Amino acid sequence: MKDKKSAKKIVLKSAKEFPLMPMSVGSMLFNKTGAWRNIRPVIDLSQCIQCGICWKFCPDVAIFIDKEFPVVNYDYCKGCGICAEECPVKCIIMVEEEK
Amino acid sequence: MRKVIMGNHALSYGAMLGRAQVIAAYPITPQTQVVELLSEMCANGTLKAKFIKVESEHSAMAACLGASLAGARTFTATSAQGLTLMHELLHWASGGRLPVVMGNINRAMAPGWSIWSDQNDSLSQRDTGWIQFYCSSNQEVLDTVIQAFRVSEKFHIPSMIILDAFTLSHTYEVVDIPDQAKVDEFLPPYKPQIRLTPEEPRAFGGLTSPDHYFELRYKLQKDMEKVPPLIETTGKEYQNLFGRYLGLVEEYYCQDADLIFVTSGTTGSTTKVAVDHLRQQGIKAGNLRIRVFRPFPFATIRSILSRAKKVAVVDRNISYGHHGIFYQEVKSAFYGQNSHPPIFGFITGLGGRDITPSSLQEIAYYALKNDKPQEEITWIGVRK
Repeated sequence: MKDKKSAKKIVLKSAKEFPLMPMSVGSMLFNKTGAWRNIRPVIDLSQCIQCGICWKFCPDVAIFIDKEFPVVNYDYCKGCGICAEECPVKCIIMVEEEK
Repeated sequence: MRKVIMGNHALSYGAMLGRAQVIAAYPITPQTQVVELLSEMCANGTLKAKFIKVESEHSAMAACLGASLAGARTFTATSAQGLTLMHELLHWASGGRLPVVMGNINRAMAPGWSIWSDQNDSLSQRDTGWIQFYCSSNQEVLDTVIQAFRVSEKFHIPSMIILDAFTLSHTYEVVDIPDQAKVDEFLPPYKPQIRLTPEEPRAFGGLTSPDHYFELRYKLQKDMEKVPPLIETTGKEYQNLFGRYLGLVEEYYCQDADLIFVTSGTTGSTTKVAVDHLRQQGIKAGNLRIRVFRPFPFATIRSILSRAKKVAVVDRNISYGHHGIFYQEVKSAFYGQNSHPPIFGFITGLGGRDITPSSLQEIAYYALKNDKPQEEITWIGVRK
């Protein structure tokens, strides 16, 4: 996993500083959407056939390939479960997050 | 070049002369000829624009928004059911500060199914953050389209140009179609500072927390407040080049009038005829036609109407459970003033029932006879 730079939350001080249009002013480096997750994918790499289907289907680009095997980026994985659904050998299981 | 054209084609010629670059539209009676002519212009190369056929008005506006965000000048047109299907995306256009220009042909909302004129379709979009122009002649339609691009692009607020079904959309009039070179001089290409481009990727319209949303809306209102003077200065520039001025309102014999009608759209031109008749009878009547409904030109309307002894607001629309919509707005313009003339509200012509000079005479007689309105709403021409 690449090192992520730390980023601060941006709160603009006056309307003058605002862009005209509603558009991204901050950074996803700060906005870690993984906090939304209720269930997490856990990959059993011993069963993995390295097909890359989970990587291809992940709608949040939260799976990357490291040394030919998939790795989940839990900072951004929202736990949708598409990877587990699509895995042809069913080596990804969804595990309840502890609250 | 002078040509006899229908109101719908005046919209098309306006979009053509304004060099719209992307046009996405879905046909609906009574708007069809607007996009019919534009699609022909795109097909035969008269207009170098991308014409996008879509499966609904919701998609038409969505396509315009994407194109506008990418920096294209965009145009569309619709009516009634189509406009209301667009409703969600009207907010996206104004909230996203995308200066789309759209023609809307006023048509009564179903049910009962109707293709005839009234204003409830466009007035239902009152609070979407669009500039609204109500037109009374084909020349005004064409001139307004060209000016609307200028006005919209200056403050990034979309514009709706509104025509009555049939009484304007399908009525043929002589229209002076300006030279392209002169229009180009008046209306330079649209070059937004921020746009969707691969060179500078951004996310637009995404999740906006309570930290920022409020200020975006504050800015939209502040810019909306700058629009009335901009419409006036743009109108004067246009006049210098083309000899025709369009402001926020059109006054007809208001200067010395005892009774001033407040009208909009083609009712405004019928009222001029009624004013002439009344003046022949020795009644000092006048007509104030409101051209720009949003932003509402409070100061202009106050200064003109406060001269009158009586004011009669003619609405071809209704806010159920309240009043005619122009009536509400005109009354609100006088809130907190020390004195103002009695303001009468009349509803007439819903669903395309004709508004004739005699309807307006009836209104005048009622307003002159009574010191104040006898009912919340005075209905004209309804079979009670």
